[in-house]
Amino acid sequence: MTREKASSKQVPAIEGWFTWPPSGEPHLIGSRCKSCGDYFFPKVIACHNPRCMSEDVEEVLLSRRGKLYTYTINYYQPPPPYVPLDPFVPYADAVVELEKEKMKVQGQVASGCDLDALKVGMEMELILEMLYRDSEGNEVVAWKFKPV
Amino acid sequence: MKEVAIIGIGATRWGKYPDVSNQQLAREVIRQALRDANLAWKDVQLVVAGQDAYSGYPGISAGAAIVEEMGFSGIPATTIQNGCATGSFTLDIGRAYILAGLYDVVLCVAAARSPGGFFPTVESGDDPSNLDFQRYRILGKTNPSMFAYQAVRRMHNYGMTETDIAQVKVKNSKHGSLNPLARYQKQFTLEEVMDSAMVAYPLHLFELCATSDGAAAVVLCSTKAARKLTAKPAILASIFAPQPKYPSLDVGLSFFSTHSTVSTPSSTPGVERPHEYEVCHGALEQAGIGSEDLDFAEVYDISTPMEFDWMEDIGICKPGEGEKLLWEGATTIGGRIPINTSGGVSSFGEAYPAQALVQVYELVTQVRGDAGPRQVEGAKVGIAANKGLGQSISAIVVKK
Repeated sequence: MTREKASSKQVPAIEGWFTWPPSGEPHLIGSRCKSCGDYFFPKVIACHNPRCMSEDVEEVLLSRRGKLYTYTINYYQPPPPYVPLDPFVPYADAVVELEKEKMKVQGQVASGCDLDALKVGMEMELILEMLYRDSEGNEVVAWKFKPV
Repeated sequence: MKEVAIIGIGATRWGKYPDVSNQQLAREVIRQALRDANLAWKDVQLVVAGQDAYSGYPGISAGAAIVEEMGFSGIPATTIQNGCATGSFTLDIGRAYILAGLYDVVLCVAAARSPGGFFPTVESGDDPSNLDFQRYRILGKTNPSMFAYQAVRRMHNYGMTETDIAQVKVKNSKHGSLNPLARYQKQFTLEEVMDSAMVAYPLHLFELCATSDGAAAVVLCSTKAARKLTAKPAILASIFAPQPKYPSLDVGLSFFSTHSTVSTPSSTPGVERPHEYEVCHGALEQAGIGSEDLDFAEVYDISTPMEFDWMEDIGICKPGEGEKLLWEGATTIGGRIPINTSGGVSSFGEAYPAQALVQVYELVTQVRGDAGPRQVEGAKVGIAANKGLGQSISAIVVKK
């Protein structure tokens, strides 16, 4: 029988990169330059466009849907600081193209997806899912993508 | 054209040297390179060393550690870190000192002892601003994962097959079997490559480079002084290693996104072109030649399908035609434009700060006509290209 620790809770893998705590539809958090309109992820303190260089950037939620631009399926366990599930199971990493932002972002592909069915161009959406359980038993959560 | 001469080269065989220090590896190749140049240690006026981030102090402060190993002769030494373009930058800095007229003889050297398995992130804490740490932690994205992204796109764009990917290894292992410096000298069959374990779809184990130990050294000299020292110097015709121009559309190894092209006018020329194209063409332009002038090329086959992309980025063939040239035998020694005559990184494994220097070792060996059974007939000019951490990509042209 699995015993859940009373103190077990969900914690974000990194703060300020995605909406937290979970409520409604999750989004990545990026920046938009109010001068030239370019987007950035993760957030920046100033526009990285050398023709702009404005410091007037605003925090924005990025589109949570996009097209699969490319991907890979990792069959070997990556080295630390990656924390594998026990036992390690192959999983995919994806690059997803966001239409409105005209940029590509990365994330793992959600667990339980049929990895052999991944296809460049397919519609993907962002979800939140556990990456691993930390030493205190907390669920460390990050964004992932799954086919729509 | 701002040229300097290469008058000495040295390299260890690539492999695993757990019982030898970085300094001892460096000593061996410096001895070789100086003997090749008919010079002594006392003649070296500056050492530019490549940093090995995985070997502690002797790697981090390689210039000082190497000069101490050879014997303090009162010369300056500096250490360069620029990912896989580290070796290229040792040459770039050495060239600049010579062209500025400050020194006549500069030794460029790098020694590396790599951890086994995947290259890990360099030791650091869990800092949100350290995207290289976070790519392992959040994505589990290894270097082969990034290579696989590139391969999947090529399959999508041009219909590259898994057989094409494996055949590059077959060809390069044939070249590597002729090179005493290659770590792997076995000639692989297509079946052996395709039957090896899948690491990062679509890439099998034998289509990815290992992580190796090794060292290489190059003695640079002003062209004027070179004429007094050797009858047949090789010429370092160009080095080009710029960071990309905004917007960068490649997620690379340690970025979580590409740039956005909202502000980029759709009419902007070349915005979709990979940074590799700009680097390779910049190096050719600096050397005052076109891709049609090349006799051979050493390109970074850290994963074998990259070889096709490099061929197109250099201008050896049109986009999507790399596979055809491979199967026709054009890129095999004896063909029209042999690629990776050394066996490539797939036969060497990567000792990253030294890798560009051992690419140059092969360019020099070929233009000197000293490559023995893997000699490209009439080799006069060759290019080397590599890429790695950050967006550090470099290309180097060496000519007779």
